[in-house]
Amino acid sequence: MKLRILLLLGSACAALVAFALASPRVIAADTVDPATDAKAFQNFFFQKFPGVKHEDFVNGPYSMNEDMKRQWLEKEEFPPYEFALDAGKEMFATPFKNGKTYADCFPNGGIGIRQNYPYFDSKEGKVVTLELALNRCREANGEAPYSYVKDEMASLTAYMAFTSRGKKMDIKIPDDPRAREAFENGKRYFYTRRGQLNFSCASCHVQSPGERIRAEVLAPALGILNAMPIYRSEWSGMGTISRRFITCNSQTRAVPLEPQADEYRDVEYFLSYVANGLPISGPGARP
Amino acid sequence: MTAYPRKSALLLALVALAGLAAHPAWAQSTVAEGQKLAFDRGKGNCLTCHVIKGGDLPGTIGPELKDLKAKYPDRSELAAILFDETKRNPQTMMPPFGRNRILTEQEIDAIVDFLQTL
Ligand code: HEC
Ligand code: HEC
Repeated sequence: MKLRILLLLGSACAALVAFALASPRVIAADTVDPATDAKAFQNFFFQKFPGVKHEDFVNGPYSMNEDMKRQWLEKEEFPPYEFALDAGKEMFATPFKNGKTYADCFPNGGIGIRQNYPYFDSKEGKVVTLELALNRCREANGEAPYSYVKDEMASLTAYMAFTSRGKKMDIKIPDDPRAREAFENGKRYFYTRRGQLNFSCASCHVQSPGERIRAEVLAPALGILNAMPIYRSEWSGMGTISRRFITCNSQTRAVPLEPQADEYRDVEYFLSYVANGLPISGPGARP
Repeated sequence: MTAYPRKSALLLALVALAGLAAHPAWAQSTVAEGQKLAFDRGKGNCLTCHVIKGGDLPGTIGPELKDLKAKYPDRSELAAILFDETKRNPQTMMPPFGRNRILTEQEIDAIVDFLQTL
């Protein structure tokens, strides 16, 4: 009797495994454990693009297209984000009216810590991004918050990314069911189709990286936040993570969320966690 | 009793209309209209994903659109692809133009006329 049940269970498991193996791998991550998810996610891209060095995935569209990469490397001699970077450095060093500085709000004085953002804050029970932490720092010191999509925020995050270049993304999911839920929620947001055109984030950045959508080359979802913030010629200026998420939503005729809405914080948590181990490369420059 | 002749008059009118639709001059104008709709960024915007003869800056997400009459002799197949390609391929990137009311039935019809000339 017992043996029969065991056998039955065994074959049920085998069938499940066979099913999982047979189902098409369009969705790069479909398991429930975040660490396994991240591994499957990374392997999906490593296998799809065997010619791309792993650490190169952080360079967005340039990792997918040799011609574009050459033009970009030439431009890096006089990077278009330099102005923002210098402004960010100065802002970071300038005291608030109360005499404190940004350095007082962050571990290690805010230097070389970009790879630890976003993090899950167990007190608040939510994901805290670097942009959010910067505005909270301002407000805690009696200063008005900056716009999430405009120049000052991009300058500050550009400087903080720059001091962290080469450090490997290192996002933790603490042993807290709410952290796990935030990760799952971000993943769900990323794979859900929305808007009149029926695209998910994954339609463009998992299914079609390297393809041209009109004249633009789509960046792979792996390491897609490591280069943020970015200078875009098309914007003639810098853009933050908030700006990029909103632009992607509205360009596809989906209703964008408010900057730093819970779903955006969660999707940033998801995308950053699955990029663990890949170097910070920001600030970036894009055509 | 009086309804009968009226009905047949209506039928006759419909037959005449159908004849008009097959008329080459009419067909040509729907082809031009279809091309306009297919290239218009606010409508079909098909060039975002497909290479199409006569269009600039095409994307590469979908296959080049050509020889479609040979591949899909029945125009209702093309109309179905435009109406909702997720029916054939649930993972497709192609937007469900009819189902999500990006294009009306007449607009899809005109684009199909255009596609059949490729
Ligand atoms: C229909 C296509 C499409 C969809 C859907 C889409 N994006 Fe994008 N995304 C783009 C294009 C085009 C760019 C600019 C070229 C590039 O870098 O990929 C871009 C760029 C980005 C970048 C910057 C990459 C870089 O290295 O410069 C991020 C981050 C990003 N998208 C995130 C998202 C997220 C999150 C979603 C869902 C909320 C999303 N995208 C949905 C088309 C899309
Ligand atoms: C965002 C991408 C996208 C857009 C926009 C798009 N398509 Fe497609 N289309 C595809 C893809 C991808 C396929 C490949 C089949 C599949 O995915 O099921 C396809 C397939 C087709 C096919 C079948 C081609 C063949 O050789 O079998 C036709 C016809 C077609 N599309 C017509 C159109 C027309 C007309 C428009 C505009 C009204 C359009 N498409 C807009 C992505 C797109």
